[in-house]
Amino acid sequence: MLEGLLAGLSTAFTFTNIMLVIGGCLIGTFIGMLPGLGPMSIIAIMIPIAITIGDPASALILLSGVYYGAVFGGSTSSILINAPGVASTVATSFDGYPLTRKGKAGKALTVAAISSFAGGTIGAVLLLIFAPALASVALLFHSSEYFALMVVGLSAIAAFAGTGQVAKALLMTFLGLIMATVGEGVLFNSARFTMGLSDLQSGFGFVTIAMAMFALPEAIYLILDPSRSKSADGGENSEIKDLRISRAEARSIAPVIGRQSIQGFFIGVLPGAGATIASFLGYAVERNIAPKKEQEEFGKGAIKGIAAPEAANNAACTGSFVPLLTLGIPGSGTTAILLGALIALNVSPGPRLMVDEPEIFWAVIISMYLGNLVLLMLNLPLIPYIAKVLAAPRNYLIPFILFFTLMGAYIGQNNATELLLLVGFGVCATILRFADYPLAPLLIGFILGPLLENNFARAMQLYDGMSFIWERPMTLGLLVVALLLIVLPSYRARRARLRAEGVADGD
Amino acid sequence: MALDRWIALIILLISVAYGYGAYFTMDQLLPPILQRSPIWPSSFPKVLAVGGILFSLIIILGLEKAPRKDQAEDINLSRLGDYNVGQAAMLIGLMIAYAVLLRPLGFLGSTFLFLFIGSFTLGERRYLAMTIVSLIAAVSIWYLVDSVLGIFLRPLPMILTGV
Repeated sequence: MLEGLLAGLSTAFTFTNIMLVIGGCLIGTFIGMLPGLGPMSIIAIMIPIAITIGDPASALILLSGVYYGAVFGGSTSSILINAPGVASTVATSFDGYPLTRKGKAGKALTVAAISSFAGGTIGAVLLLIFAPALASVALLFHSSEYFALMVVGLSAIAAFAGTGQVAKALLMTFLGLIMATVGEGVLFNSARFTMGLSDLQSGFGFVTIAMAMFALPEAIYLILDPSRSKSADGGENSEIKDLRISRAEARSIAPVIGRQSIQGFFIGVLPGAGATIASFLGYAVERNIAPKKEQEEFGKGAIKGIAAPEAANNAACTGSFVPLLTLGIPGSGTTAILLGALIALNVSPGPRLMVDEPEIFWAVIISMYLGNLVLLMLNLPLIPYIAKVLAAPRNYLIPFILFFTLMGAYIGQNNATELLLLVGFGVCATILRFADYPLAPLLIGFILGPLLENNFARAMQLYDGMSFIWERPMTLGLLVVALLLIVLPSYRARRARLRAEGVADGD
Repeated sequence: MALDRWIALIILLISVAYGYGAYFTMDQLLPPILQRSPIWPSSFPKVLAVGGILFSLIIILGLEKAPRKDQAEDINLSRLGDYNVGQAAMLIGLMIAYAVLLRPLGFLGSTFLFLFIGSFTLGERRYLAMTIVSLIAAVSIWYLVDSVLGIFLRPLPMILTGV
């Protein structure tokens, strides 16, 4: 482990890679502040660039820098103009924006940056401890367990994906899996379901699908509803001054940060939970355990109310790398996109990653830490200048967001058909969003589809049929867990509804 | 019928067509040597088609109740007329035009036009500012992608360069 750590250190501390972390964090912060472009879209836009770099370690370092930067940028816009660019920073706006209204935006930003830094750091240390342990267990896994594990991951994502409607989420997962079967697979040398179109021979591009599922619907929502893109010129107190916090304040938030970093990390490790749930839960827990007098402060500008969600969401971001790096299974939309990027770079994440390419594994962990440092030391002092982007008028902003979405899909493929697919799928995704269909399961299904099928096929070939399901206890156990994950929430929701209504409804 | 059930109906039709393809058309093309393998190219799609049909039916039949939602931030479909639907449709059309014209017009021209017409559609009328912003953006992004990243983008119309 020590050798790997040293190899990672020497990879991460090259001039190019440090520049990539700094650049990634800055770009991420800059774009993360804008409405309509969350971390997923930003990472998807950056993937062609990362692939051009070629070296997988550097590419991943750049992308994780962008990820952190984007989350931080999201907190900045929640604090300054009450417009969270990212779902995971909605909880930050509860107390961040009231502080801005009181003219204490600088203090709020500092608390956010310090909490993010501490959350990320504690998360990185926990990752350092847990990832190798999990990877060594995962080395015992065969393709049948991988298959079962991916089924667990997909069911967990469907069970926890937001709206609480499991059937919808599962339908989206299946749709994503169906879309993944279009084109030539690795396993069989024939193209499937291309409907005779040669453009579909290689399947749908995953950057295209990612853009179509997230960036484009958000942009269309922004066009439809102008009130979604509040701009800073209306905020009278959004001027940022005095970034310092007092010693007493630091002492009061320290335990909050400690608790929420650990809690956030473990929530992030779970598939499907992720930074958004971690930040809301962190906020709720801290409000509940605060002394009576402080409880009333929450929502009116309590610094604990900023520290809790910020520490939790950053630790959860780090935590979500655990299943990605050790099992090759993404727990969230963002890590699914990172998985897609890794596959495009010919790296297969999983337990072998630590053994075969330790320098990639460790360089990523170390650069996460560096990324947090960059955010604290570089981005925080620069925030007053970066925040100017919030004043960009909507009429210019939206065409640019649309343009970057198009470019992201075009650069990677150099194929104009991809743009038409992007617009088509984007419109479909917007309609799906109208009707409350969660889109993350679709994307994760799409990215996991080929891996799921390959492992399923390998297990089938090894056991000459489906017998692997009952002959391998671990596979069976995991599949039972997957089933429980799907059945339990709908069962409980049903019971709760029946109890609430008192009578069974007939329609 | 609510929008989500219409959507489920469409997905049901897609799943049925997909399932038809998987169950009835794919296996005939399979070479005999592969037919001895326990897994065929159609095996996984067959499972997926069943899943797709099953879950879309659950939604169409309303077996899963939608939870009460009180998300003020989301688009309220019953007042769709209050939103800028026209603008959205025009910008989507503009994106399609961009996709079609990108090659014939070259990157610089089509990007300039996209950004200019995009802000015009949204109601911007300061023509000088629009021209400057779109021009600088088109040229600098082309320079970044072409020189710094080394990804080729044809800058000028096809007629002028011949490539």
